[in-house]
Amino acid sequence: MTDTVRYLIRDARILGGERADLLLASGRIEAIGQGLSADGAEVVEAAGAVALPGLVDLHTHLREPGREDAETVATGSRAAAMGGYTAVFAMANTDPVADTAGVVEQVWRLGREAGYCDVYPVGAVTVGLKGEQLAELGAMADSPARVRVFSDDGMCVSDALLMRRALEYVKAFDGVIAQHAQEPRLTEGAQMNEGVVSDRLGLAGWPAVAEEAIIARDCLLAEHVGSRLHVCHVSTKGSVQIIRWAKSRGCDVTAEVTPHHLLLTDDLAESYDPVYKVNPPLRTAEDVQALREGLADGTIDIVATDHAPHPSEAKETEWSQAAMGMLGLETALSVVQHTMVDTGLLDWAGVAQRMSAVPARIGRAVDQGRPLAVGEPANITLYDPTATRVVDPAAMASKSRNSPYAGMTLPGRVLATFLRGVPTVLDGKIQ
Amino acid sequence: MRHLLSAGDLTRDEALLILDTARELAQVGERSVKKLPTLRGRTVVNLFYEDSTRTRISFEAAAKRMSADVINFSARGSSVSKGESLKDTALTLQAMGADGVVIRHSASGAARRLAEWVDGAVVNAGDGTHEHPTQALLDAFTMRERMGRLEGLRVAVVGDIRHSRVARSNVLLLNTLGAEVTLVAPPTLLPVSVDAWPCEVSYDFDEVLPKSDVVMMLRVQAERMNASFFPSAREYSRRYGLTAERFARMADHAIVMHPGPMIRGMEISAEVADSARSTVVEQVTNGVSVRMAVLYLLLGGAIQGPGHQGETR
Repeated sequence: MTDTVRYLIRDARILGGERADLLLASGRIEAIGQGLSADGAEVVEAAGAVALPGLVDLHTHLREPGREDAETVATGSRAAAMGGYTAVFAMANTDPVADTAGVVEQVWRLGREAGYCDVYPVGAVTVGLKGEQLAELGAMADSPARVRVFSDDGMCVSDALLMRRALEYVKAFDGVIAQHAQEPRLTEGAQMNEGVVSDRLGLAGWPAVAEEAIIARDCLLAEHVGSRLHVCHVSTKGSVQIIRWAKSRGCDVTAEVTPHHLLLTDDLAESYDPVYKVNPPLRTAEDVQALREGLADGTIDIVATDHAPHPSEAKETEWSQAAMGMLGLETALSVVQHTMVDTGLLDWAGVAQRMSAVPARIGRAVDQGRPLAVGEPANITLYDPTATRVVDPAAMASKSRNSPYAGMTLPGRVLATFLRGVPTVLDGKIQ
Repeated sequence: MRHLLSAGDLTRDEALLILDTARELAQVGERSVKKLPTLRGRTVVNLFYEDSTRTRISFEAAAKRMSADVINFSARGSSVSKGESLKDTALTLQAMGADGVVIRHSASGAARRLAEWVDGAVVNAGDGTHEHPTQALLDAFTMRERMGRLEGLRVAVVGDIRHSRVARSNVLLLNTLGAEVTLVAPPTLLPVSVDAWPCEVSYDFDEVLPKSDVVMMLRVQAERMNASFFPSAREYSRRYGLTAERFARMADHAIVMHPGPMIRGMEISAEVADSARSTVVEQVTNGVSVRMAVLYLLLGGAIQGPGHQGETR
């Protein structure tokens, strides 16, 4: 991509506040002010749309290498751009697993070649995600991919001693362990949230305690060894309470919530349609409310999509045989607007913190999540919160179609995404 | 009523219609020629993903007594064992013009999924640990025949409630029909949210036993023991088995039911199973009548009771 073209974004509301023009040149924000002269720059009319720093997703499944039938780095990063993202962290549960410098370098290189957003590979904590032996975390950290986030996501590092060692070891290169909190014995064969609905449907239950027990243990471990801990996809009220308590004790823990856990509830499983099957499972309305409050008060630091593409044959089955996971990149901002902004729980500055600045900081993505200020990298998302749309998975940039929002009317639309001054999306269309 | 997927979908009137129709159709089984032309020209597919000879032949007999063409599709040795999906099997059945599909499957919700992919009527013949509505209907039919009523009847259901599709369907249907159900099991074998179910719950069989008009025993699989649901078969049997000694403490008019297959010596002793107050064999007989009624009502046959010569439609 060339950076010789300059862009003038006219009449944007910066973080939803003051109206201003932004001049982008040489990959940076060259000027911010009212009535800036185009002076040969391409003009993008924002017409009062909200300007946000480019979004950063700490939890994305790009499926490459291994499951290119579901998603590739190229299609997934296009989906990210369409959702307003300029950076994604690609989870390690590929085939082969991203547990060596070779695999993380491959993913990193594929991301650069695609060029739609920065792709930061996540390294596996243990060899093959098996939870038995540490992967070569240092080699991944030292590789050109500069891995700083390590996760066995999809699997829990359930062995307490191994988790302790991982937390300690990554301190040497400022890494963080992102834990998929799921006590394996309590969730053998689990299909959905354990409660009234699972009992009625005869689907094996996934108790909240299986998540909460691991989070509590890991917070205590992280505190004990003085390490950073990140908790993936928090889904229960109890988890929010435990993290709030851990933070009050000074534990260096951060946590994420997915858009779907902010909106959807377990009663959707009544249809037995596996588009609603996800790990961790959809929970109750009470959990949803607690997650929203936790995100608003900062107990939960960020929103991360857990974008999990699957081919149709993995979802057009009996519930128990279907794959777990749902698409998220192209609907995340709309769901956050619907659940957090339109409800008055967050303003756009708060959204920018939770979907850009803080995830970039947790992942140590230095040029991402920066403020919209002169001299900063021109990673910008233009978003029209007054628009509405009916979600149509067939129109998505992702290779897969497993969106739980199909047919729903959601607010907002990403008008444009700029990656270092270059538009990846303009007029709502991929460039 | 287009499908029969859950006992909870039935209104009181619909459930009673099925039971009344079953009673009428039961008379066919008492004639020398056990056949009605009611469903002539209709095709019923028995789609069985789980081995269940007893349920399959019950549905098969029901369909054949009403002159339907019956295709038995067993997952074993078919395209399914070669990896064909339920959806593709459904589309195949659809293309072959199945008017009704009776499905037995190890996955909860399989019948519901199937109903989205075929136009014909779907009858849930047991889906995972979810439901088994025709079992509940034949149980209700049996209780009504034996006890003369369902309203106010006190029914104890004893055993592995958590994993039982029979228990789920029975709780829903008996509640609709006005019976009072008490579930009896060790806490490990009860669903976590059982307090939200429309029934009573007890951990103490001996306390519930003398107050019950019907005692329905459920099978307890030995594999549950290995998963720590209870310590040993002997301990289970001691606390929750219907032994001869417990049987003696039942009310004189009370009956013993079991959906089968029984594990004699585990949840029920042999002498109780074989006693005159055990309805196990009647349940099998009634199963055919109830399934005839369900197929008849779903596939839109015409009533052709003895002495009638009505046209099929």
